[in-house]
Amino acid sequence: MPKITYIEHNGTAHEIQVPVGKTVMHGAVDNNVPGIDADCGGECACATCHVYIDAAWLDRIGLPTAGSNEASMLSFAAVTQSDSRLSCQIDVTDALDGLVVRMPEGQH
Amino acid sequence: MNAPVHFDPALDAYSTPLDQIDVSNPRLFQDDVYYPYFERLRREDPVHYRKDGMYGSFWSVTKFKDIMTVETHPEIYSSEAKLGGISITDRPMEFRRSSFISMDPPRHDEQRKVVSPIVAPGNLNNMSSVIRERVCKVLDGLPRGETFDWVERVSIELTTLMLTTLFDFPIEERSKLTYWSDCATADVNAGGVVDSEQKRLEILGEALRTFTGLWHERAARPAGFDLISMLAHSEATKNLVNDPAEFLGNLVLLIVGGNDTTRNSMTGGLWALCKHPAEYQKLRDNPSLIPSMVPEIIRWQSPIVHMRRTAVADTELGGKQIKAGDKVVMWYISGNRDEDSIDRPDAFIIDRARPRHHLSFGFGVHRCVGNRLAEMQLIILWEEILKRFPRIELVAEPRRIYSNFIHGIAEMKVCIPA
Repeated sequence: MPKITYIEHNGTAHEIQVPVGKTVMHGAVDNNVPGIDADCGGECACATCHVYIDAAWLDRIGLPTAGSNEASMLSFAAVTQSDSRLSCQIDVTDALDGLVVRMPEGQH
Repeated sequence: MNAPVHFDPALDAYSTPLDQIDVSNPRLFQDDVYYPYFERLRREDPVHYRKDGMYGSFWSVTKFKDIMTVETHPEIYSSEAKLGGISITDRPMEFRRSSFISMDPPRHDEQRKVVSPIVAPGNLNNMSSVIRERVCKVLDGLPRGETFDWVERVSIELTTLMLTTLFDFPIEERSKLTYWSDCATADVNAGGVVDSEQKRLEILGEALRTFTGLWHERAARPAGFDLISMLAHSEATKNLVNDPAEFLGNLVLLIVGGNDTTRNSMTGGLWALCKHPAEYQKLRDNPSLIPSMVPEIIRWQSPIVHMRRTAVADTELGGKQIKAGDKVVMWYISGNRDEDSIDRPDAFIIDRARPRHHLSFGFGVHRCVGNRLAEMQLIILWEEILKRFPRIELVAEPRRIYSNFIHGIAEMKVCIPA
């Protein structure tokens, strides 16, 4: 199973094995990792599963396409950066083994 | 001799012909008897068409998942003011005021982005100490061993003070904000001061004049961190004051959004705890449950009963054919009780596994901009209540307002034992 590292805003790191086919958001929520709320449950409708993608992974993960629902929802999230994504929109594959994401301030 | 007539809402809800059920009747919410009507629709006709109801012909969307579908497709389900906006009431065209909640992307996005920094995490941290100070002061001033109105003494006072901070509004004139907020949302048939759209506009005209004055004052000064200054100094909204109808629309949105909803959750939360003594005890035994109780309170209260959209294309929803031009009403108050999306939805449980999975803030691009501020106010309120009062007792059932839009409590008599 691919391993994903979630780093809370306060620096606490959580290494989680996430099954292929789940989303990066589910990997956190299913394991009670704080910092990803996912109020809407993965519908790309609340922007509370916001993460920053580690620089080494940004090329592989990519950014949301302009005009997409994700880009629109992200534009309302607080403290966005050029490496911001909504983790409910990233499907876990074997290629993402080792992925590192960081959580912004303000998510629980 | 006739025995007193006992009205049984469940019997009525299940015996009325399905096509005659009209969940838009504000009396259902005023009398707190709406539950079985929505329960029946969720079970038997979750996307329900009511022809020629009290508020015209409209689709009722009653299940969580169908509401989510409407929320996430603004290109099909429009919020545009000129089409009817966000409320089931079809106001005459000249009274349809635009604001960013009654706009679609991309204009909505530009205006919303101007005000959203006021509720960014860093600023919430800055506001928390002011909020706590006020909460302490208000709670310390409450009488012991005598009956008082929680709505007036606590809920209105705290939320109105919050508005004065957000707008940097003169604190001694704060009761005007509450008055304008109530007038903005009043149903014209509720029997109150606002008995026509014309009357509403006259009252809100005073709000417009007051805020226009504040705008010019703030525009002439360097940018500050209150809502009016932010609007006056932002590229996307710097000319808003020249469009009085849209300026007023946005003012009403921000005043009502920052006021009514939290006010009624402050009252509704205490009501819920008083009606569920075991949960109240659980809270007293473990105040660390407050952060998960607060979203449950917001689900339980569902402060906004519905939001409306207007279809701009033919589409299908829950197996029904929706036509372009149809009025589509998302009943949040019903979706929040949908057993297919929420475990034991008719139970008030302060330690749910996923308490934020509710519809009260809406979802999608129009999701409540102030949702974290609202939660923070409620968290601080309950932290300070528990420090002071082992119990607060309900003296009488709340008096609710005549509205199918604001799930409002006008009065709730309580007593803090001496």
